[in-house]
Amino acid sequence: MISRRRFSKIAAGTGLALAAPALSTSSLAQAQPIKIGTSISLTGPLSGTKNALTGYQLWRDDVNAAGGLLGRPVELVTYDDQSSPAQIPAIYSKLVDVDRVDLLISPYGAVLSAPVMPFVKQRDLFLVGMFALAGNDTVRHDKYFHACPWGPNSQVNWARGFFDLARAAGCTKVAIMSADIEFAKISAAGGKAISEEYRMSVVYDQSYPPNQTDFSAILRNIRAAQPEAVFVCSYPPDSTALIRGLSEVGIGDSVKIFGGSMIGLQYASLLANIGPALNGIVNLHLYVPEPTMRNPAIDGFLARYEPLARAQQLDALGHYVPPFCYAAGQIIEAGVKGANTLNHAQISRYLHANPVQTIVGRATFNELGDWTEKRVLMVQFRGIRGRDVEQFRQPGRQVILDPPPLRTGELVAPFGAARSG
Amino acid sequence: MFLEILINAVATGLLLGSIYAALALGLAVTFGILHIPNIAHPVFVVLGAYLAVVANERGWDPILAALAGALPFYLLGALFYEFYARVFERRGEADTMQALTLFFGVSLVVETALVLKFGTNQQTVDVDYVGQSLRIGLLVMPYRLLVPALVAPVMILTLWAYLKFTYAGIAIRAAAHDVRALQVSGVDPHWIKRHAFGIASVTALVAGAILVIIGPVDPFSGRLQIGRAFAVVILAGMGAVPGTILAAFIIGVAESLVSAFLNPSWSPGVAFLILLATLALKPQGLFGASR
Repeated sequence: MISRRRFSKIAAGTGLALAAPALSTSSLAQAQPIKIGTSISLTGPLSGTKNALTGYQLWRDDVNAAGGLLGRPVELVTYDDQSSPAQIPAIYSKLVDVDRVDLLISPYGAVLSAPVMPFVKQRDLFLVGMFALAGNDTVRHDKYFHACPWGPNSQVNWARGFFDLARAAGCTKVAIMSADIEFAKISAAGGKAISEEYRMSVVYDQSYPPNQTDFSAILRNIRAAQPEAVFVCSYPPDSTALIRGLSEVGIGDSVKIFGGSMIGLQYASLLANIGPALNGIVNLHLYVPEPTMRNPAIDGFLARYEPLARAQQLDALGHYVPPFCYAAGQIIEAGVKGANTLNHAQISRYLHANPVQTIVGRATFNELGDWTEKRVLMVQFRGIRGRDVEQFRQPGRQVILDPPPLRTGELVAPFGAARSG
Repeated sequence: MFLEILINAVATGLLLGSIYAALALGLAVTFGILHIPNIAHPVFVVLGAYLAVVANERGWDPILAALAGALPFYLLGALFYEFYARVFERRGEADTMQALTLFFGVSLVVETALVLKFGTNQQTVDVDYVGQSLRIGLLVMPYRLLVPALVAPVMILTLWAYLKFTYAGIAIRAAAHDVRALQVSGVDPHWIKRHAFGIASVTALVAGAILVIIGPVDPFSGRLQIGRAFAVVILAGMGAVPGTILAAFIIGVAESLVSAFLNPSWSPGVAFLILLATLALKPQGLFGASR
């Protein structure tokens, strides 16, 4: 006969034994998640970058599948900033004070990131920067780390590759044109500084309003100035209009190299829309599928991204933004694991002292959180036929001219000859 | 070189002006004649542009596609007015601020619908004449601007003739002046206004086809057009439909000359400076007296 007390003990022991595996396996799920907060431009003029979310989500899934961070799952807290800087202060205050996120990632680009910087400096918070050119040069926050390889002193240096190519091609006269927006202004100022350093005379230097649709007057004025290099700092809508203008009114025979800092020529939709008119343009990129760039990690990432992009109507290529969002997650992962804490000061100390291996390369940070090694690519479009986006997944279509260690071809000049494809 | 730049700046200004007129024409009907501040007009233009994109993917020329889609867009415009009238006018609450809120809300709804359907990527059309130019001596006119610019005068002339020489057109103009007198004449002002909104919607469709020929569009492209469209209508003078194209020419040429000889960044400001100066000297607009 089993007494009631003994029966209770046996039942409790059996129950505990049965529940033990479940308790053990669900410990990660039951632990408080580590919250990472950011804003994404899901709507508005910068919504072409909304595929950033996919990059973050793929990293979150991977890190959670590998056991999370500090034994806790990772959770993303994101808001739509509507591409508007006015939304940013409220969003980041909410992320920190209401959602109580543990770590922050900045919005996309210089325009949206600028309002975040005083906030993180004042609160002394860790922040991973996303695509903001010279994003920390003014505030100089010691807990800021950039996910993009603009390199040190990026305002001046990031487009240096374009001017190195121009100098090697014997250019002495340069024209600079830029859109009236933060990024383009910074970029154009950098271009002017390098022109001066290389003793190139700036024969044309003007800006234009955003979303300009007709560039014929500007192109005629540039042609009249007879530059040998034309450095363009544009945003997606005006990049398209400008390239169409090139085909319609031309730029003159004096030009050897054209492009430099045209945003939009990294997006699948624009590449497909413009098609063969891209040929000859030399422009910045961060990743192109050339032999010197490819590695199993980024190939694997893009193979996972592409079906998601098709299903969600995102940028079909995903070469520009998503890999660097994944890398932002990897920087956080390395910092938290390396410091073994969520303390922002300790994470920052670890990242300043140790390199991070990401899918877009090995990152070592300087005192401003910029990569110590610039890895902005200058690529020349070649052999573009028709409007099939698949061709931009093939090597040889966006030939890397700079930096030299990644070079896959030499500059084809003059520009008129390069235009023929 | 100076002469070449001058000739081409004026020509480009005229082409751009013609395109601005096409974009503003629907607003000239709803705002200029009926005095309804339809700030949703630019989003209807963008909707028209997307229809042109879809048709172009099936091999249609954007402008021909717009003409083919005229009837559905007419009905859409009429339905839109019916909604506005039921919400405000029939309750006798056609307050301008409330109407603005309604039209703003409709703009957001249409933008969101376009985002959900097409995503946020920029859309464009593939037509043979984009990237080529007509060259006559020093003059170089891109077909990308020239073809759309030829459509606007045809639209304006047709609308002017309709308003001037048909009973329905005269009734539309009368609706803006004296609704009671119109009713005494046996004409239903509600029907007339609905008809006018239908016409404005068709002009938005054609303007959308024009817009996507000159450059790529996204769901938010309408926001960039609204200021200039209102400026053209007000500069022309409320209800002065033929004046719309002349006002648009003035703005287009001013922008182009400033862009060519001063600084491209100043061009949008100079256009509005002309508007302010004109309103200060002639508050009814350049051609307002002809209404």
